[in-house]
Amino acid sequence: MRNAFSEALYESATANPDIYVIVADISPAGSMMKFQEEYPERFINVGVAEQVMTGMAAGLALKGKQPFTYTIATFTLYRPFEMVRDDLCYQNMPVTIVGMGAGVVYSGLGGTHQTLEDVAVASAVPNMRVIAPCDPEELRDAVAYCATQRDGPVYLRIGKAGEPVFSDNAEEPWEFGKLRYLKRGEDVCVLTYGPITKRAFELAERLETEHGQSVSVVSAHTIKPLDDTGVREALHRHKQVVVLEEHVPHGGLSSRVKEIAWDSKALCGLHSFTLGDRFRHFYGTYDELLDENGLSVERMFAIMSAELA
Amino acid sequence: MTTADVVVDATGFDLDAARRRCAQFRRRILEISQTVPALHIGGAFSSTEIVDLCFHGLMRHDDTGESPDTFLMSKGHGCMIMYAVLEARGTLPREELERFCTSEGILGIHPDYGVPGVEASTGALGHGLSMSLGMAYANRSSGVDGNVYCVVSDGELQEGSTWEAILMAASLDVSNLVLFVDNNDFQSLGRTSITHPAFYPVGEKLSAFGWETVEIDGHDSAGMFAAVQNRKGDKPFAVVAKTIKGKGVSYMEDQAIWHYRAPNEEEYAQALRELAEVEK
Repeated sequence: MRNAFSEALYESATANPDIYVIVADISPAGSMMKFQEEYPERFINVGVAEQVMTGMAAGLALKGKQPFTYTIATFTLYRPFEMVRDDLCYQNMPVTIVGMGAGVVYSGLGGTHQTLEDVAVASAVPNMRVIAPCDPEELRDAVAYCATQRDGPVYLRIGKAGEPVFSDNAEEPWEFGKLRYLKRGEDVCVLTYGPITKRAFELAERLETEHGQSVSVVSAHTIKPLDDTGVREALHRHKQVVVLEEHVPHGGLSSRVKEIAWDSKALCGLHSFTLGDRFRHFYGTYDELLDENGLSVERMFAIMSAELA
Repeated sequence: MTTADVVVDATGFDLDAARRRCAQFRRRILEISQTVPALHIGGAFSSTEIVDLCFHGLMRHDDTGESPDTFLMSKGHGCMIMYAVLEARGTLPREELERFCTSEGILGIHPDYGVPGVEASTGALGHGLSMSLGMAYANRSSGVDGNVYCVVSDGELQEGSTWEAILMAASLDVSNLVLFVDNNDFQSLGRTSITHPAFYPVGEKLSAFGWETVEIDGHDSAGMFAAVQNRKGDKPFAVVAKTIKGKGVSYMEDQAIWHYRAPNEEEYAQALRELAEVEK
């Protein structure tokens, strides 16, 4: 996703001279180098100093610019949180806070480099929007949106590298604030966001092949504002709805979907698979860490099989 | 650069007019204090000459009052002086100051972005200099001839975020950024020189971080004007303004309680008498 982000931002920046990128000693390679070489004044590396990164972005935005801040997710959101809240959200500045390697992608680096609760933290702040594309192609669309919108701050939660593309056969184009059916079925609906979408497809395939279910896989790429109407429809059109997210159980997509389910008197089965409400001192691969957190396809499949029996 | 090094060439700066304006601003703040008590009078009075100088000596204004320059009150708790200046300039209507801190008004104890003349929301300490740096950088990188004047409290220099901005401003050579440190040596729990002696020297720390720096009497409008006008101009510039908390009213000077208190009727009358003497 880093490369897709760089390429998309370079394209947007070429068209829009107000786009600035402020990084904190972490930079996506590839096209970002091209950006830096062609627009040196619009690429600022503040060093390991995330508070000034965020405050500067607010100052640039106050003068009409369209800044992006960029570093590893935990440092782009948590470290300068009061600047994010006061300078960006309270003042409602059109700044995109890019959280790279969000979730537990940095498995081997340990808990200090992971964001288990970033969606909850970002979503809790008024004026903030939260976008988490499922793949590099959705990320390109999200960057194009962020590069032109003037409505306020966005937390753009992205993965790192090597994510496959899932949205090739999506029914509709990416649209801010709208659920997107990557694949439409009739019986079971898996709502998800971000790189863990890979496991949503793997779960869907097993439910289809081993239980004959027709399964929808939906990218809830805009978590705030969540597509309330779209979620209601998904809850009412499917017999079973699954929320899969790389996030703690509270304050993320699964919490929101449960609220909407209650409000809309949904009758479907509703299951959420999330990271646990705990820190894990585990240093295996990303896939191993997801498995360790109860997000193995095998486990999810077993639970859903029992539900469908 | 120290006070002794400053060449005081304040040509074009009317010191008598500044003195009268500052007395009027202090009087206006006291007037409002009789209806709303929580004004942070002490910190507003220590910043009075600095804020007046920014608006009436340093910032350029066209006939309509528009300026290419920007003023940002990072020490948001001292905003009463900014409100008084904006009122005097016609940017803020008188009725808004009359409605200060009421449900009908738009002015609170900390400044809010969107209020006429207020360039950023401040009050949480340690935010303003980074935003000022972003503003100054935006001007420079867009070819806009606009300076940014930022006022921080000395307490804000205890925030790590302020030092991040100080370091970065120098690394970027953002020379259209002018910082005033309202160095009144007071913070909530006492005199900074006593509670945090390693805070000093301030000017040398800023110089070591790559700023052109001057330490000067922060109530000497002409001296500060000259210092800013005579700066070399190839680096960000800091004025460490040695100020007195509560300056202008004898019983308030260097008394921490006037961070919170408003004068009673008798104290108010005495304050007005003292300011009237200055205005003569």
